[in-house]
Amino acid sequence: MPFIPHTQEDVAAMLQSIGARSIEDLFDEIPADLKCGGLEAIPAGEPEMTVTRLMYERAAQDGFYLNFIGAGAYEHHIPAAVWQIVTRGEFYSAYTPYQAEASQGTLQLIYEYQTMMTRLTGLDVSNASLYDGASGLAEAVLMAVRAAKNGARRVLVPGSLHPRYRAVAQAVVKNQNIELVEIPFDPASGTTLLDALKSYEGQPSAALVIPQPNFFGALEAVDLLTDWAHANGMLAIAVVNPMSLALLKAPGQWGGQGADICVGDGQPLGVPMASGGPYFGFMTCKQVLARQMPGRIVGRTVDRDGKSGFVLTLQAREQHIRRAKATSNICSNQGLLVTAATIHMALLGAEGLKRVALASHANTKALIEKLCAIPGVTRAFKAPFFHEAVLRVGSESGEVLRALRAQGILGGYALGRDFPGMEDAILLCATETKTGSDLDRYAQQLERILSRRREAPPCAYKS
Amino acid sequence: MLIFEHSHAGRRAQAQAPQQAAAADDLPAEFLRQQAPGLPETSELDVVRHYTRLSQKNFSIDTQFYPLGSCTMKYNPRACNSLAMLPQFLSRHPLADADTGQGFLASMHDLQEMLKEVTGMAGVSLAPMAGAQGEFAGVAMIRAYHEARGDHERSEIIVPDAAHGTNPATATMCGYTVREIPTDRQGNVDLEALKAVVGPKTAGLMLTNPSTLGVFEKTIVAIQKIVHEAGGLTYYDGANLNAILGRVRPGDMGFDVIHMNLHKTFSTPHGGGGPGAGPVGVSERLKPFMPIPYVVEDKGFHRWAEEADCPQSIGRMSAFGGNMGVLMRAYIYARMLGREGMHRVADYAALNANYLAAELSKAGFELAFPERRASHEFIVTLKKLKDETGVSAMDFAKRLLDYGYHAPTTYFPLLVPECLLIEPTETESKQTLDGFVAAMKAVKQEAEADAELVKSAPHTLPAKRLDDVKAARELDLAWKPA
Repeated sequence: MPFIPHTQEDVAAMLQSIGARSIEDLFDEIPADLKCGGLEAIPAGEPEMTVTRLMYERAAQDGFYLNFIGAGAYEHHIPAAVWQIVTRGEFYSAYTPYQAEASQGTLQLIYEYQTMMTRLTGLDVSNASLYDGASGLAEAVLMAVRAAKNGARRVLVPGSLHPRYRAVAQAVVKNQNIELVEIPFDPASGTTLLDALKSYEGQPSAALVIPQPNFFGALEAVDLLTDWAHANGMLAIAVVNPMSLALLKAPGQWGGQGADICVGDGQPLGVPMASGGPYFGFMTCKQVLARQMPGRIVGRTVDRDGKSGFVLTLQAREQHIRRAKATSNICSNQGLLVTAATIHMALLGAEGLKRVALASHANTKALIEKLCAIPGVTRAFKAPFFHEAVLRVGSESGEVLRALRAQGILGGYALGRDFPGMEDAILLCATETKTGSDLDRYAQQLERILSRRREAPPCAYKS
Repeated sequence: MLIFEHSHAGRRAQAQAPQQAAAADDLPAEFLRQQAPGLPETSELDVVRHYTRLSQKNFSIDTQFYPLGSCTMKYNPRACNSLAMLPQFLSRHPLADADTGQGFLASMHDLQEMLKEVTGMAGVSLAPMAGAQGEFAGVAMIRAYHEARGDHERSEIIVPDAAHGTNPATATMCGYTVREIPTDRQGNVDLEALKAVVGPKTAGLMLTNPSTLGVFEKTIVAIQKIVHEAGGLTYYDGANLNAILGRVRPGDMGFDVIHMNLHKTFSTPHGGGGPGAGPVGVSERLKPFMPIPYVVEDKGFHRWAEEADCPQSIGRMSAFGGNMGVLMRAYIYARMLGREGMHRVADYAALNANYLAAELSKAGFELAFPERRASHEFIVTLKKLKDETGVSAMDFAKRLLDYGYHAPTTYFPLLVPECLLIEPTETESKQTLDGFVAAMKAVKQEAEADAELVKSAPHTLPAKRLDDVKAARELDLAWKPA
């Protein structure tokens, strides 16, 4: 029997000890009329060899593509050591470290992770992670509302934020009567319209969300935005790409006082794209907000002998203690992904991460230059960008991307789905994984596709 | 030693970083970082050795019996990991078109269908990333359902006092007030108390079955009817699904929504705290409200259903749709088990739990509900031992670690004093269980003969008993060089 070690003799001896005639007897407290049938819709069990073959076939069906999509999930090289260590059974098959003395490996690793994240973001305290960047933002909004001295239940969210982040935050906070107000972006620069904030001056809001880089890859005026939030009695919530922080200013240094809460998706730090997960959300904040933070937190303490050791701490915030009054219902962290990120950051160090950031920036810049040399292709926004940018291709971008895909290239994300009026826009990203010839291949194919479309526009009657 | 203390200025893992690229001199200085973040400067070997050694300081299923009640610490088959990590699966971008992921999407669709069948629900969404998020999705759907009918007076969620803390916390997150109801002496929901609190304000009831007390709610159909007749919906917390897999189905019992913990019942790794996966199954009337995305199939082509497909959806739980790699592992596990393997999970989980309960009872341990069948787990109370020797359940648990067994869950559920909640799972052999009984007996004898030995445990682990109070009072949450 798969994964069940019992021999017939074992079963007989165990039933005898229990005083039951059969395994069936063990279910005699379940009303007989509830017992279900044979689960016919589930296929019969298969041995590992057969399932292996099936999964190899399915993987082969999906294949490999030359990927230029970013939009919140980024293709970076992950050192081999990272996942070889992550999948060691001692990390992989351990539980939440509630029994601290039997979990010092996981606990120390999380403490190291927390330290790395505070250093990367320039803030004081980190938790042990949340589900992903988007749900992390939702938790940050709830946290800001709890902490708001003005009692406001409104949070300002720029239109340049990842639309999926806004959707998730909305889904989570709407049931608590928290209002997310959208601040429009400047169609020329692609960054938050500072003038649009003026109408919110003097009106109580709990926080301003500041993405850096924003969804379009553009760099926001984070110093001005942070200072504006503070001047108007709001917290500043930074939403950042952690890898970019090897190069870009840390949220703790934004403006005069620094952002108060920082969240983002940790995926660029050693986590494969894997169709969307599992990733992890990180959250750091200023010391004064530590007790408002959701999620697990590891602290250093001493054992009976005075020797340094690690435990889960501040558990009085959490659902298993506070129940209905907890800071969140969250009951897990993305432990394995935090393990990967910690090993990844240790391997790359500040210098390695900066090289990744610089190479990604340089590749995207080079790609933009090559593509903008094609007739009809232009940059959509003029603000400086990190490793993603928006191009207008003068033709419905979904169709252009489909033509690229037929050549094995995933050319980017079609913005028309989320931003009306941007039906010809593509958000694209070239990380350090791309070579000069990859960029050339993209440019050649795009040029060919666009020129063909100019010469023979698609028939209006064909879908 | 921390990784930071292995750091040596100027050392790098050369092979892992890309070549030096041009400086980003096109970016204005105001955007740039002036001082490098203080990350370790180490070689590849430094890092590999450090984290390998750290891993060795953990207890895990792969190294120890881990009878942690309510957590279902069963063996995580290795094939589930290696197959979920095939490079095509790992390298696929979440926003790539469905055409590029038919193998992956077909697997997700198959999993949805299997979970529907095994729970008896009308629809399944894989979107929630953990049990607690599944609970959130479930209660949010209950709320959306009432609101869609213009029924705005329902403001309360009923939760039995034995429930996991996530239940009341979830109800609060969804904007509800929690009404707690007591448990009777047999470990069942108190029906009279339930009747007294249901009414026009009842939005729903959250029920864990088998309950956290390790027993099946015998009156579950009656509980259901009471709530439904008052106009409320019923939520089945599937935390303990392992106990009933392939035996009974929440859908057949009439529940409106269930979440499943795939990291328990479907054997995906706990990973030192996550990631989990908490899919939700729903009845017909809640289908329009399911969280997105979920996979739909049309003439053999699979794609994600999104906002346009389900305008009444409660929305998204994550940026890209969930913990896909975890779901893949669960799918691979389910394919190896197959339909005939499902009920065997519950059969042998129950056999192991009842055997362990019987053997411990014979060894002089007091069961909290001796007259009830154990489901897949059961509770031992050490109250008498505590009164006689001063040795608490926590002390007892710590001493078990010295014997090479992970401790059972302590002090949960809160209703039973000095309790150990013990869940052996179906993947452990009789011989392992016998070894555990011997260790339990040995610790009990030690407690009676030399209480201090147990109170000061553990003695053989990488750390001795750690000071939780100091940790919370003198917060040290990130390393600073001395």
